[in-house]
Amino acid sequence: MTLHIITGNRLTDGVVVFLANDGGWTESLTGSRVIDGDDELAQMKALADAAAKAAIVVEPYPIDVTRDGGDIRPVRYRERIRAYGPSIHPDFAKQAGMPVAGG
Amino acid sequence: MYRYDQFDQRLVDERVAQFREQVARRLAGELSEDEFKPLRLMNGVYLQLHAYMLRVSIPYGLLSSKQMRMLAHIARTYDRDYGHFTTRQNVQFNWPKLEDLPDILADLASVEMHAIQTSGNSFRNTTADQYAGVAADEVEDSRVYAEIIRQWSTLHPEFSFLPRKFKIAVTASPRDRTAVWFHDIGVIMRRNENGEAGFEILAGGGQGRTPMIGKTVGKFVPKKHLLSYLEAIMRVYNMLGRRDNLFKARIKILVHETGIDEFRRLVDEEWERIKDGYLDLPQAEIDRITAHFRPPAYEKLPHVPPEFERKRNEDKDFDHWVTVNTAAHKRPGYAIVNLSLKPVGVPPGDMTSAQMDAVADLADRYSFGEMRVTHEQNLTFADVRKTDLYALWRELTKLNLATANVGLMGDIICCPGLDYCALANARSIPVAQRISRRFQDLKRQHDIGPLRLKMSGCINACGHHHVGHIGILGVDRKGEEYYQITLGGSADENASIGDILGPAFPSDKVVDAVETLVDTYIDIRTNGETFLETYRRVGKEPFKERLYAAA
Repeated sequence: MTLHIITGNRLTDGVVVFLANDGGWTESLTGSRVIDGDDELAQMKALADAAAKAAIVVEPYPIDVTRDGGDIRPVRYRERIRAYGPSIHPDFAKQAGMPVAGG
Repeated sequence: MYRYDQFDQRLVDERVAQFREQVARRLAGELSEDEFKPLRLMNGVYLQLHAYMLRVSIPYGLLSSKQMRMLAHIARTYDRDYGHFTTRQNVQFNWPKLEDLPDILADLASVEMHAIQTSGNSFRNTTADQYAGVAADEVEDSRVYAEIIRQWSTLHPEFSFLPRKFKIAVTASPRDRTAVWFHDIGVIMRRNENGEAGFEILAGGGQGRTPMIGKTVGKFVPKKHLLSYLEAIMRVYNMLGRRDNLFKARIKILVHETGIDEFRRLVDEEWERIKDGYLDLPQAEIDRITAHFRPPAYEKLPHVPPEFERKRNEDKDFDHWVTVNTAAHKRPGYAIVNLSLKPVGVPPGDMTSAQMDAVADLADRYSFGEMRVTHEQNLTFADVRKTDLYALWRELTKLNLATANVGLMGDIICCPGLDYCALANARSIPVAQRISRRFQDLKRQHDIGPLRLKMSGCINACGHHHVGHIGILGVDRKGEEYYQITLGGSADENASIGDILGPAFPSDKVVDAVETLVDTYIDIRTNGETFLETYRRVGKEPFKERLYAAA
């Protein structure tokens, strides 16, 4: 079964955020809510859409991830670059202890 | 340079006030993203991978030192301390907050700048020759006509919702530095057999997924008819351009599908109806705009000052930089200076706020307080005394802006790619950085000679890969970044579109592939032959054989 997390950009500053375990939004992959199964995915999508309506995030959508121990890793390199920050700017790296580069 | 009159200033100020309200409503949740998106795009605000992005218009690339200092201020205050100069001679900020954008636009308006028409299906920034007004070979100063076109095309009521975006370039030199043949409309100033200056008007050039070389619509349009002729083209396009398919909506598709002769007939028919009307350009109006571009107070100087020659002889690095990064000026004793925004390993076109401030100071000291952004993502000081070149070179060296690579291998055009761009399929900047490092030896670059390497991270071709002598296109192949190589493109007056060589290369092989192509050229070139000349002589086979035999 594919695992998902939900991501979007924060309205105020455009920063990449993930739906968190507590129902809020976090910049950290580690704190993101990993979704397993269609029912949960539908539920979380509804939550994310409500956050978009409430002007918290912009255009949230689910992405595929893998989980390796505590590390949550987006499958597509586009999403890895979104999560970690531009690969050409290690100084902007966003996920502590995670590789900057998408590949 | 052109200065805003009260109408220009009021228009820009009112737009800032309007956008401030719109942003407030969005932040308060009164506007949805669907409702807000077209409003922000009309003010140059995109939402990219990591953040909002603001694209600021720099009309035909011309910047005053005061404006450059404001860009530095914005980078430092609201962004991450840098800006990125683009192939449309504009500047982009990659990290502004939505809540700060009204203040940023107000700051820009205070120095006669804005972000209007840097997005959407409208006229985009009209680009021009960065050597306009000082090129030894130009017919007239093309900035005058770029400005006239800017005024006509700004918030033009009839053309505010075109089938697709629309780009115009203007040049007045036989040697094209504007990629004029690859624009929706290209304007080339020429003289007719009577010695009168007028315009050849091209239409239907472009890059993207269907690259096309522009075709001549008007062979010689007199100055006074410039705007009515452009308006006639726009009317035909606005009426007949396709709106059913995003990928077929540019004017190049219309010109191609209609055929140039029929397209010209339609334009002429429309032109007959509107010429000699309110769009005529009276000489008084041309003179009024020309006055904004009056030449600065040049001194009478010897053509080759002895102390300048002495410095060249004493310092080989300086001499090399003069050879590669400066160009002939129409006035004796002056030179055109190119500042390379392509130091080894730096993302092409990026500049820090400290560099921007320092460059503004240098422009004040050495080039009458003005500079130009080039479509090749460099900067130009147009008016430097040759006797000042040594001092300027030393200052630029300290700023890491004096790499002697303009027009050479290290002078790579590169789009932001997947490190920033929501449309990209692959990263482009890291590949440019690796190529730049591999070829960092300037002696080697000099030996290779003129070579334009251009790279895009997707088929939209913002990095002009179709017209690179070597072009690189990033593609996504089953979740991996791959790079397709083209050879033989050219953006100058001998325009051509590059040929795809063969299968794409994975990221870790693409720099070797480029090196193999360059080595092949070195092996087979005849004396004095450039890369492009060799390619045009031998075709792609020798390159292809060597490249794929090695693979």
